Amino acid sequence: MAELQLKSVEKMYGNGFKAVHGIDLDVKDGEFMVLVGPSGCAKSTTLRMIAGLETISGGEIRIGDKIINDLTPGKRGIAMVFQNYALYPHMKVRKNLSFGLKLKRKPKDEIEASTGEVSGILEIDELLDRLPKQLSGGQAQRVAVGRALIKSPEVFLFDEPLSNLDAKLRASMRVRITDLHKRLRDEGRPATVIYVTHDQVEAMTMGDRICVMKDGHIMQVADPVTLYEKPANAFVAGFIGMPEMNLADAELTMDGTPKLTLAGQTITAPADLSARLNAAPGPVTLGIRPQHMTIETDGAADAFSGVIHNIEFMGHEVNVHVTIGDAAFIAVVPTEKFNLKLQRGDRVGLRPTGVQMHIFDKASGENVSLAE
Amino acid sequence: MTAMPQISADTLANMEKQRRRTRISSAFRYSLLIIVGLIMVYPLIWMFGASFKTNAEIFSSPSFWPKEPTVQGYIDGWKTSTPYTFAKFFMNSMMIIIPKMIGTAISCTLVAYGFARFDFPFKKIIFSTVIATLLLPNVVTRIPQYLLFRDIGWLDSFLPLWVPSALAGDAFFVFMLIQFLRAIPRDMEEAARVDGANTLQTLIYIVVPMLTPALISVCLFQFMWTMNDFLGPLIYLSSVENYPISLALKLSIDTTEAFAWNQILAMSCLALAPSLIVFFMAQKYFIEGISTGGVKG
Ligand SMILES: Nc1ncnc2c1ncn2[C@@H]1O[C@H](COP(=O)(O)OP(=O)(O)OP(=O)(O)O)[C@@H](O)[C@H]1O
Ligand SMILES: [Mg+2]
Repeated sequence: MAELQLKSVEKMYGNGFKAVHGIDLDVKDGEFMVLVGPSGCAKSTTLRMIAGLETISGGEIRIGDKIINDLTPGKRGIAMVFQNYALYPHMKVRKNLSFGLKLKRKPKDEIEASTGEVSGILEIDELLDRLPKQLSGGQAQRVAVGRALIKSPEVFLFDEPLSNLDAKLRASMRVRITDLHKRLRDEGRPATVIYVTHDQVEAMTMGDRICVMKDGHIMQVADPVTLYEKPANAFVAGFIGMPEMNLADAELTMDGTPKLTLAGQTITAPADLSARLNAAPGPVTLGIRPQHMTIETDGAADAFSGVIHNIEFMGHEVNVHVTIGDAAFIAVVPTEKFNLKLQRGDRVGLRPTGVQMHIFDKASGENVSLAE
Repeated sequence: MTAMPQISADTLANMEKQRRRTRISSAFRYSLLIIVGLIMVYPLIWMFGASFKTNAEIFSSPSFWPKEPTVQGYIDGWKTSTPYTFAKFFMNSMMIIIPKMIGTAISCTLVAYGFARFDFPFKKIIFSTVIATLLLPNVVTRIPQYLLFRDIGWLDSFLPLWVPSALAGDAFFVFMLIQFLRAIPRDMEEAARVDGANTLQTLIYIVVPMLTPALISVCLFQFMWTMNDFLGPLIYLSSVENYPISLALKLSIDTTEAFAWNQILAMSCLALAPSLIVFFMAQKYFIEGISTGGVKG
């Protein structure tokens, strides 16, 4: 059993900078948890505290039912894969893999068996007698994963392991890592994984659950679908999704039905949204995903009127940039539903379909449209 | 139609001219380098040649080539005018150099590792102190050191010559290793800690191997400097039986009224040999070591 628990964990660096502000996180046994967030949000710091490479300034971390705050990294039952591989440059791949086992004074035949097994899984058998500098980036990355895997740790820690690879290799390594995780689960020895990335594609495709962080705070922990459909706040809403969710200041009024005013134009909120709304009238932040708006003729009912500012033809869909007042919106429409005669400068109506339309509290950023 | 070959012939001639010019200029450059180089090594060549001359010929002919080559200088020089042969002095030098080199490598690695990788109270002040000793002229500490070693009773022994260095007394080497360590990313050491290595294991299995080129340079410098050190032994060693090579060479000048120059030159050639051999053996690592950051990505 190796669930991982963080309880109001804090990190204050030596220079007085508070990087982590009391975060709580429960990772279940065998779960693939992704930590994602913009650069500098303390993902690495959090991971390094779990690994024991950074001291913990407050709170506690448990693996299973052991508090590991004061254990050395080697005693925590973790293994870590570093961003730039951190292979030992003077050791052959074989020794790189077996170094940890050797330190644990495992018998020789056991070490050899494990090395064989791991190199088989990761397809690095042919590389065993090479030095790290004789490996390509992808191969080095596989060796680094192998070095973690061979220890059969309770918790795997990854710190942006794929960011040094090119796009194609990254996609294949992504699949390889998730496959490996599934395989271990099927073999009855599930591995708990904490995976740090700033790439939302990696986060969405790999994670069982995703933990979105910002400035040393956790913004939301949820599975990919929930994160996308029900973002807890404006930050998560803006961070997850491509292109970004449109966020604009608006005014919410309630005379009978909820109404939204944006740049002086008022529309009745779509029924889907009204049903979920749990907000007091007043200034709010309106959030609509680009995929959930339709382009209408100007003046259509319940549509905001705006000017086309740019049109990006992507093939199967079209990104239409529309300015409403001084708010910039992007709508993504399937090519077959788009009137290709439209041009920059044309006036159109932009109608939210109501699906996944969100209202956020202006001050706190909380999502106030999640009522059941 | 005719213009085309015309142009290409022209270009060809131009290229030929260009090539000739390059060849002449590089010939000139190399001759100059060779001449200057020869001027610089000539004393050494002359010394080597003269060591095979008779004492009389040394002063009669400016040529470095001995007319009647003889190894008499080596034979007599080796015997020396003392009860000991030169082998004794070589041994003495080694008795200083070997513990000093090993001690320096170990102690400086430990100190440099501490400074480069750990935080501890007063680190800044302590580090500044270490660096300050680097700037201190050697002479300033000679007398206090002499008095100190006299009080401990270490005079006329090898101890004052190697113990301070073996306890990381040479700030230069500490500094050099720290600079080298700073250029090595910490990830490998962190990976080793995650792999379960303690601080000492990390140092031995991970840091030292990566530090090898720098350590070889440290040993080499220490070897050559100690081999050539004259003042240290002169101050601390009084009995001839403890003399290292540097003092022994001077000894032959002291004791004979008519200096047997060929013997002195012969022994000087022998005294040079260990440094040269060690240098050429370690040359590859040495150069890697002094151009810091010798770790490839
Ligand atoms: N040793 C340190 N001393 C002081 N502040 C630090 C130290 N290391 C990191 N920080 C600060 O802590 C914050 C979090 O850093 P961290 O490296 O965890 O970010 P990150 O989320 O991993 O970012 P990235 O995606 O760029 O890797 C940053 O603001 C950083 O400047
Ligand atoms: Mg990071």
